Amino acid sequence: MKSIIICGVGGQGVLTASNLLSDVLLEAGFNVKKSEVHGMSQRGGDVIATIKYDEKEVLSPLPSINNTDYILSFEKLEALRNINYLSENGVIMVNDFVWEPLTVASGFAKYPEDIIENLKKYANELIIIPATKIARELGNSRATNVVLIGVLASNMDINKKTWTDIIKKKVPPKFIDLNLKAFEKGYNYNK
Amino acid sequence: MQKELLSGNEAVARGAYEAGITFASAYPGTPSTEILENISKYKEDIHCQWGSNEKTALEEALGASFTGARSIVAMKHVGLNVAADPLFSASYIGTTGGFIIVSADDPGMHSSQNEQDNRNYAIAAKIPVLEPSDSQEAKEFVIEGIKISEEYNTPVMLRMTTRVDHSKSSVELGKRAATPEIEYKKDAVKRMLLPARARVKHVEVEKRQKKLKEFSTKFKYNYIIKGNSKIGVVASGISFQYARDVFKDAWFLKISMPYPFPEKLFLEFAKNVDKIYIIEENDPIIENFARLAAPEKEIIGKDLFPLNGEMMPDVILSTLGKKDLTPKFDISTLPIRPPSLCAGCPHTATFYNLNLQKVYVTGDIGCYTLGGLPPLNAMDTCVCMGASITVGFGIEKALEKAGKKIKQAAIIGDSTFFHSGITGLNDIIYNKGRSTVIILDNSITAMTGHQDNPGTGKTLMQEETQKIDIAKLIKNGLELKHTYEVDGYDVKAIKELLKRELERDEPSVIVVKRPCALLFKKAQWSPMQVDAEKCIKCNLCLKLGCPAITTKNEKAFIVEDLCTGCTVCSQVCPVDAIKFTDKHGFHIHDTSIQEYLIGGKK
Ligand SMILES: Cc1ncc(C[n+]2csc(CCOP(=O)(O)OP(=O)(O)O)c2C)c(N)n1
Ligand code: SF4
Ligand code: SF4
Repeated sequence: MKSIIICGVGGQGVLTASNLLSDVLLEAGFNVKKSEVHGMSQRGGDVIATIKYDEKEVLSPLPSINNTDYILSFEKLEALRNINYLSENGVIMVNDFVWEPLTVASGFAKYPEDIIENLKKYANELIIIPATKIARELGNSRATNVVLIGVLASNMDINKKTWTDIIKKKVPPKFIDLNLKAFEKGYNYNK
Repeated sequence: MQKELLSGNEAVARGAYEAGITFASAYPGTPSTEILENISKYKEDIHCQWGSNEKTALEEALGASFTGARSIVAMKHVGLNVAADPLFSASYIGTTGGFIIVSADDPGMHSSQNEQDNRNYAIAAKIPVLEPSDSQEAKEFVIEGIKISEEYNTPVMLRMTTRVDHSKSSVELGKRAATPEIEYKKDAVKRMLLPARARVKHVEVEKRQKKLKEFSTKFKYNYIIKGNSKIGVVASGISFQYARDVFKDAWFLKISMPYPFPEKLFLEFAKNVDKIYIIEENDPIIENFARLAAPEKEIIGKDLFPLNGEMMPDVILSTLGKKDLTPKFDISTLPIRPPSLCAGCPHTATFYNLNLQKVYVTGDIGCYTLGGLPPLNAMDTCVCMGASITVGFGIEKALEKAGKKIKQAAIIGDSTFFHSGITGLNDIIYNKGRSTVIILDNSITAMTGHQDNPGTGKTLMQEETQKIDIAKLIKNGLELKHTYEVDGYDVKAIKELLKRELERDEPSVIVVKRPCALLFKKAQWSPMQVDAEKCIKCNLCLKLGCPAITTKNEKAFIVEDLCTGCTVCSQVCPVDAIKFTDKHGFHIHDTSIQEYLIGGKK
């Protein structure tokens, strides 16, 4: 059984990315369960989706403490917020991107400065990717999520074609090209 | 067989299609909203619609059942409080076409004001309840529910929970069943509840429940899984999945129909084990039935496990003392990321003014409830949908009796006004009140993800329809003299109108009009920027709580990517330091709002 957390800020495309990932896993022949919480997330709150997959039956769709294999975070602070789920051998992939919560902007709280140090402390492997920057260079910051999916894909044992096939199938025709490029950038980032 | 990854809500919609349902209604509410949104994909086969509230939606689906049509109504758990009256009558009357009532409960309160367990309603109303554990079951239980409903002449409750609604798992797709013949046949003895008839009906209902109890033991979705120990676990809904992750060798009794309780099956199960754990979310429903059935057995339930929150594996394990949940990193030190009104939200300027004028505000439920959080802080109460107007009116009258008066206003959204606000307004007019009611009309039901409502001019099936104009309804229908409309982006006009109407000794309504900012395409917006030279660090714009405004070197700074150019901050700036950039050229502020005002184009 493997479990993956995808997290970030409402509006960053976390749920789209998690749907893409679940479709890939299903296509690759796994049993898959995905869980997400909607609600207030659309209004700039934090968002988290969990995917669990296995060759055998998957029961609970929820993440458990100290037991998650991968964390893919679209924002730095959100990676740290979910750190307690990570297992000892876990890998964190984090977008090198800061989105200050309103509590910080309005002076009620401070954005932590030691996020990367803390992530390093608990992760077996930490990969930092300037995904938003890469997506902007490709012409659309909204492709950030697919750059990150590319990074995740390069760390997982699933045929690359399965990923690109699902992107072609699920993304609106207008954006397929952009998303394939974004995926490629992410996939090759760590190589 | 074709398989697809579906959320529980998508699966319920699929179930409605496969079961041959032809009528569906709902009032939106997280976590149930996507059920009807997905049913609308089958609009060729299923007529579907949003009701003004849960009561109207349930009654409409019941009426459909009277014709022999199979029907379904969906709502969030608190919605059933609103629809409770017809629920109890529907149980006595029974069904003609199969009739499913979906209640989406919210253990853990991800998006609700309470954690009520609506299986209690099924027991109180004496109707069977089904609890799916994943999307496959969610689909099948709609189909099974329709069969039970038709065979036993009863509405059937489908109790979903947030995790089942919003988790995806694979579902085998089947074909649509043939739809029954639809024809209205007169049957007043059945459908006209009068005391004399209801007395007879009650006896029938009790007989029905007895038969359903027998059925429950035979129902194939209530079943035993053999184990390798003397431990037994009884579980339902998503807790069944959680418990199976935790208790590896135990015997299991999977309960899919907790009421009427499959007592005989439970007793047979109990013979095999010495100790029984009952894992269910919220109230001890199964537990109470189990204890009654086998008082001598060692049963562990809510005496150990929490009555609140979700029963996820970590919770079960830590309750049993088998997992230490002390975090390795203390996340309570991290800044929280509370949700906020969007950049350019048409509600912002109203709350800003209410805060400045130090008004006591009775609030309601919608995006605008966020106006009660810092820095806007402009709300004092939030009880349930529609209560802003009525609670405020109660405060007003009680104070009046004591010879006192405060500066107060009620604030409510358009969808919430249609839902249950209008009745409160009747009370104010009838009982000679003097309340000020503010209706925030953003032309959509935004909070739950932008559904149409009686004021938007579109149906759930995306047909054009008559728009009910709130201001006209009140001014011409209720003949409330002091009914005014104002633009949600016009800070000064709102300020003056509020000041004048709050003083008035007669009731008045202010309809604040401006469509939700998310209804526009983001890429087109022309953002504003702060001239740092001019900014005097007064922080007035920061008091709007707009997520696009932050600080840079202690001066206000606008994040271009987020700003919608609504101009509200530039209107509160005392030194005129905030101006449009020339980007994109499309100004959200300039979009014609004529069509939204009385006498406008549409
Ligand atoms: C009885 C009940 N039904 C449904 C809900 C879910 N719900 C919360 S707010 C809301 C609608 C809000 O729409 P509106 O009043 O137009 O305000 P907006 O979010 O657009 O600002 C709904 C349906 C609820 N909380 N209670
Ligand atoms: S969704 Fe619309 S109404 Fe809700 S906070 Fe955002 S702009 Fe305001
Ligand atoms: S114009 Fe001002 S208040 Fe409006 S969205 Fe932009 S920064 Fe926020």
